[in-house]
Amino acid sequence: MTALTKLFRTTTFRLSLTYLALFGAAAVVAMFYIYWNTTVLLTRQLHDTIDAELKGLAEQYTAGGLTRLVSTVADRSQTPGNSLYYVADPDGHRIAGNLSTISPELSSSLGPVEFVYSRPAPGGVETRLAFANVFRLPGGYRLIVGRDIEDRRELARLIRSAMLWGLGVMALFGIGGGYWVSRKLLARIDAVAATTRTIMEGDLSGRLPVNGSGDELDRLSGSLNLMLARIEQLMAGLREVSDNIAHDLKTPLNRLRNRVEAALREPYGEPAYREALERTIEEADGLIKTFNALLSIARLEAGAGGDHKETLDVAALVRDVAELYEPVSEERGLMLRADTVEPIFTRANRQLLGQAIANLIDNAIKYGAPGSAQASDATKPEVSVTTVVKGSMAAIVVTDRGPGVPASERERVLDRFVRLEASRSEPGSGLGLSLVAAVARLHGGTLRLEDNQPGLRVVLSLPAESNALVNGAAHQAAPAPEIRSA
Amino acid sequence: MRVLVIEDDQETASFLRRALKEQGHVAEYAADGQMGLELARTNAYDVLIVDRMLPKCDGLAVIRALRAEEIRIPALILSALGEVDDRVKGLRAGGDDYLTKPYAFSELLARIEALARRASPEEGSTRFVVGDLVLDRLSHKVTRAGEPIMLQPREFRLLEYLMKHAGQVVTRTMLLENVWDYHFDPQTNVIDVHVSRLRSKIDRNFEMPLLHTVRGAGYTIRDSAH
Repeated sequence: MTALTKLFRTTTFRLSLTYLALFGAAAVVAMFYIYWNTTVLLTRQLHDTIDAELKGLAEQYTAGGLTRLVSTVADRSQTPGNSLYYVADPDGHRIAGNLSTISPELSSSLGPVEFVYSRPAPGGVETRLAFANVFRLPGGYRLIVGRDIEDRRELARLIRSAMLWGLGVMALFGIGGGYWVSRKLLARIDAVAATTRTIMEGDLSGRLPVNGSGDELDRLSGSLNLMLARIEQLMAGLREVSDNIAHDLKTPLNRLRNRVEAALREPYGEPAYREALERTIEEADGLIKTFNALLSIARLEAGAGGDHKETLDVAALVRDVAELYEPVSEERGLMLRADTVEPIFTRANRQLLGQAIANLIDNAIKYGAPGSAQASDATKPEVSVTTVVKGSMAAIVVTDRGPGVPASERERVLDRFVRLEASRSEPGSGLGLSLVAAVARLHGGTLRLEDNQPGLRVVLSLPAESNALVNGAAHQAAPAPEIRSA
Repeated sequence: MRVLVIEDDQETASFLRRALKEQGHVAEYAADGQMGLELARTNAYDVLIVDRMLPKCDGLAVIRALRAEEIRIPALILSALGEVDDRVKGLRAGGDDYLTKPYAFSELLARIEALARRASPEEGSTRFVVGDLVLDRLSHKVTRAGEPIMLQPREFRLLEYLMKHAGQVVTRTMLLENVWDYHFDPQTNVIDVHVSRLRSKIDRNFEMPLLHTVRGAGYTIRDSAH
């Protein structure tokens, strides 16, 4: 497709052609209407004046006979102007008037007639168009009164040519403008198409041009760019996940393989084989766990699980999960407190939200343990879980007194497989917080890490059910049991 | 116990049959849904192990068809799909339990034994007795050798579940699912700590322990004197 046919195929160009045709037709109709009306009006005026003059002359004739008429006509013929007079005898010869000769059609006719006459001009004789009314006088005489209408013909010609010129200029501007606008638009569309091609070829960093004008194309490009950014982010996530899988799943797989190989190679005997097999199963179980967690996150990010939401009391769920972890925290010398005062309702998948809360508490117990950081001050090592309402959000806040997470790492630890150096000693896959973040996103909430001074403060916010909130506030009198250990 | 394994993967099926035989059970096998449906209709099995994805007739459809015919043999669904939604679908179709692949055989065994027991009349009894340990489900009282034992509500439910399956192995996930109603991996050994707390309350002052740890599988409560 050549550049020109491409241009002609653009919607803009076709639209401008259509509009041009429509406006052209309208202009022709309007001009014709004006022209026609003007002509009718002028003709009527002409007829009226000629008729009036004829009438006047006829009266002269009635009053003073042919002589008086002839002298009046001779008189009037002297005055310069467009008026034409001719008084003919029964044979058609001129008796008076400013027309030198009359054409045969004029001499033989009666009533209004259009004719051509000649008159002396600076360069000889010129032929001009005239209109006249022929009036028969008694005795075979005829009176002809007319007007030179050559100027009107000139005017009509002028109007016609002005119309043609006007239409021509309009067409020129229309087509030219259409061409210009289409080209401009086509250039932008071509830029978009070019960007799209580079994106399709694999360069996801490409963005559509936005010129800041805020027009429809700009807005479209803007939202497409947002979409591209999201896709790029997802793709980057996917790439990162495959890299991580390569590392975090292959390493234990390799370890597992080495162990089995070593056991086969050396004749250790049954107890050693048994031990190797047991360790293999352990390793396989760890792998399965990691794999399950990865799959869960991937499915959550794809929106799975969102259709099993129910209205539940977050405070009750928090207490329930805290109760599950309470003996473990006691064993580790931590105090786990669940401070939930009033019921807070939200729409959530109980299992997913339960797992998210469990992961947060599990993390706090693992990494908020005493001795890991400042055990010097008087603050008793404790992990606390509270629920609060902030505006339209229900927040689950889990705090610990451990070493916390440096501000620069707070975003990163939400990513898959990211484990801080300090946490390497604890078992874990590095997927716990990623899963919580995915659960938060699925429920339209957020996950934030903050400084607890000292320690870590994790805030999981979810949209609260507003009407349920009112109901909940009504029976908040019921005291929440507090779980304490240590 | 007579078990029907409906599973299209030959190796998995033969592994299951061998392992079940070792445990003293009779295991039969169907390679597709239709055959499985036929066998389940005509034989009296104690438990069905149904793979979710089967040739000819999908595993859930098999269970649905059996339930429609009022055949109430307890069914354990095996599936590679392990999300909450899949599980709910499986249980809605009439399955009694749901186990995600890959699984440990001990887990599967504990679950089918629990399922087979479910059909027995003991299930609905109001008093569980193991040795000199007595749990009254109506008054929520627990005594050992006549001595009252004070338990937290959750500990009571934990003991109740263990005693309901007295003599059987109960796995950690079974406890998490049935006592707490959580279907996720809690990452830490939370269940072990709950059980050891319970153990300290019921076994500490007595010579004969009743609550035992089964290595690599879970827990069991039984009167070792018998």
